[in-house]
Amino acid sequence: MSTRAAPILEIEDLHTCFELDDGTVRAVSGVDLTIGRGEVLAVVGESGCGKSVMARSVLRLIDKPGRITGGSIRVHDADRVVDMVTAPGPELRSVRGRKVAMVFQEPIASMSPMHTLGNQIGESLVLHGRATKAEARTRVVDLLRRVGIAAPERRADEYPFQMSGGMLQRAMIAMALSCGPDLLIADEPTTALDVTTQAQILDLLRELQRDTGMAVMLITHDLGVAAQMADRIAVMYLGSVVETGTTDTVLRSPRHPYTRALLRSVPKLGSGGRERLRPVRGMVPGPYARPPGCPFHPRCEEFMAGRCDSTVPGRVPAPLPAPAAGTDGTVSCLRYEDVRDDEGKAAS
Amino acid sequence: MLAFLVRRLGWMAVTLWAVSLATFFIISLPPGDYVSTLQANAEERGEIMGPAEVAALRDRYGLGQSFFAQYWKWITNIVFHGDFGQAFAWNMRPVSDLIWDRVGLSFFLSVATMLLIWAIAWPIGIYSAVRQYSPGDYAATFFGFIGMAVPEFMLALVLMWVGMRWFGQSPGGLFSPEYQDAAWNLGKVLDAASHLWLPILIIAVSGTAGAIRIIRANLLDELYKPYVVAARAKGLPEWKLLLKYPVRTSMSPFFSTVGWLLPGLISGETIISIVMNLPTTGPLMLGGVLNQDMYLVGSFILILSTLTVIGTLISDLALAWWDPRIRHSYEGG
Repeated sequence: MSTRAAPILEIEDLHTCFELDDGTVRAVSGVDLTIGRGEVLAVVGESGCGKSVMARSVLRLIDKPGRITGGSIRVHDADRVVDMVTAPGPELRSVRGRKVAMVFQEPIASMSPMHTLGNQIGESLVLHGRATKAEARTRVVDLLRRVGIAAPERRADEYPFQMSGGMLQRAMIAMALSCGPDLLIADEPTTALDVTTQAQILDLLRELQRDTGMAVMLITHDLGVAAQMADRIAVMYLGSVVETGTTDTVLRSPRHPYTRALLRSVPKLGSGGRERLRPVRGMVPGPYARPPGCPFHPRCEEFMAGRCDSTVPGRVPAPLPAPAAGTDGTVSCLRYEDVRDDEGKAAS
Repeated sequence: MLAFLVRRLGWMAVTLWAVSLATFFIISLPPGDYVSTLQANAEERGEIMGPAEVAALRDRYGLGQSFFAQYWKWITNIVFHGDFGQAFAWNMRPVSDLIWDRVGLSFFLSVATMLLIWAIAWPIGIYSAVRQYSPGDYAATFFGFIGMAVPEFMLALVLMWVGMRWFGQSPGGLFSPEYQDAAWNLGKVLDAASHLWLPILIIAVSGTAGAIRIIRANLLDELYKPYVVAARAKGLPEWKLLLKYPVRTSMSPFFSTVGWLLPGLISGETIISIVMNLPTTGPLMLGGVLNQDMYLVGSFILILSTLTVIGTLISDLALAWWDPRIRHSYEGG
């Protein structure tokens, strides 16, 4: 799309590996992604497809034995570009929490049980010079009120174990927003919460996104959440992005066979329940046995013998479904490389 | 919190009463009573105790009366008059005097060793956990296990020999011979210090080794928790992050053992004190046991139990002060 905003984050050919005793797990294997300013991008995929590891790699939060082994992660600051893969410590820390903040999956485990909410939220304010220690408390109370926590003055002095998961996730969001980041990475922010609370948290996130104009990278395995929140969707499979595009296109007319299979496995509202749900064929391959060629080929219903099991598909612009012309996003599938090759042949 | 404290103090009183009863039962188990043992001892030395003296002693300790009457006399004397009885092996000196004479040194040894243990163990333990499986970690683990495995008394003997052979130090004891009977002055204090660092070091070796392992294991449990990652995502520098979050959480064992200092005050480091000839309370207690000096031993057991119970309370309170989770569980009920 040509009207895209200036990028805030560009991930290029990112590789993150875990060196385990039994071998190397390539959790993220050649991810390319771009997020524009103010854009909401949902990254979807099955459990274990590398979404979370990719998200954590952005802030270089991979614990041993994991390691980023290649690629670049460029964060665009006001007057400079920071490559998070190679940035030295101080530069890395000036991005963490200030330009790019993160909300984690389990709010209860992600807060220290030994410190009050006020202490943990005010910390980044003081750290990044947004407030003095004396001002921090007022700011924390404001932030807690902003994310819809009742009696914020009292809550600021309480400990995480005194609160519910939903309230803590609000507090985590307040913590992430404290320094006014340009990009918020939300890693499955609602997975650990019950359904009603999930909806509230998503509403809050969307509202805050509109008000602040920050970009959001939403990691989720829930296509419904993605549909509700995102401007664009990126679909991941086995550590790579297989398809990107605007939310409408990806959900209504998916181009990659994996996206199609994924969509067939979730119920659609209004289909009257007559349509049978079909799970994605087969199982996610074991972590050490990455299939050759296209990683999805053993489960693909449009598998082309002799090609898909030997050639790794590249990323090509993804065509819009007929009758629309043009492309929207990208897709990594040999079927579309055929189209491009054919077009190429026809043109020459 | 107040309700918790009141409840705890109530249970402490009950526990101590039970302990005192059990203690008295144990010390009155050996055949023959206190005075007949005294008489026998006197006869061995060729002395004879006068009937008046014997009767006075029998009356004082309520001998010949029922078990509970004897217990009542014993415990009321202790509680209301601070009178723990007499130690016959020490010329009938009051037990309380004997113990008090030695408490100072025992306490000093306990506190100094504890401080030394944690001062060495914290930095090494933290390093070991943060750089897990690094050469430094392996070295700390190696020396830690050696420290735990070598018996204290052997280390004491070897070091005393080294001190005497190469540094001309008089082995053992609290003072060099020339200061033994001198009045207190700077020289005597320095002399005592030069004798004391060795036992402190020896006692600390095995404790340090254990503490390093505890700190390392606790910290490893915390280091990779989501809240540490979340704090890192805020942009905290590594060392600040480490000290504020995982180290803080892993400090709890220190607070839960700080109360153990109290019983150490009176138990003394028995083995080391005997090997190195230090006048702490440990050898006194051992002597009392060997001589069946019932009031001395009974007093020790009673005081040790009391201090243990109080120490546990202090630990619990310290832990509540340190860890809000514990604090709130107390308040909750």
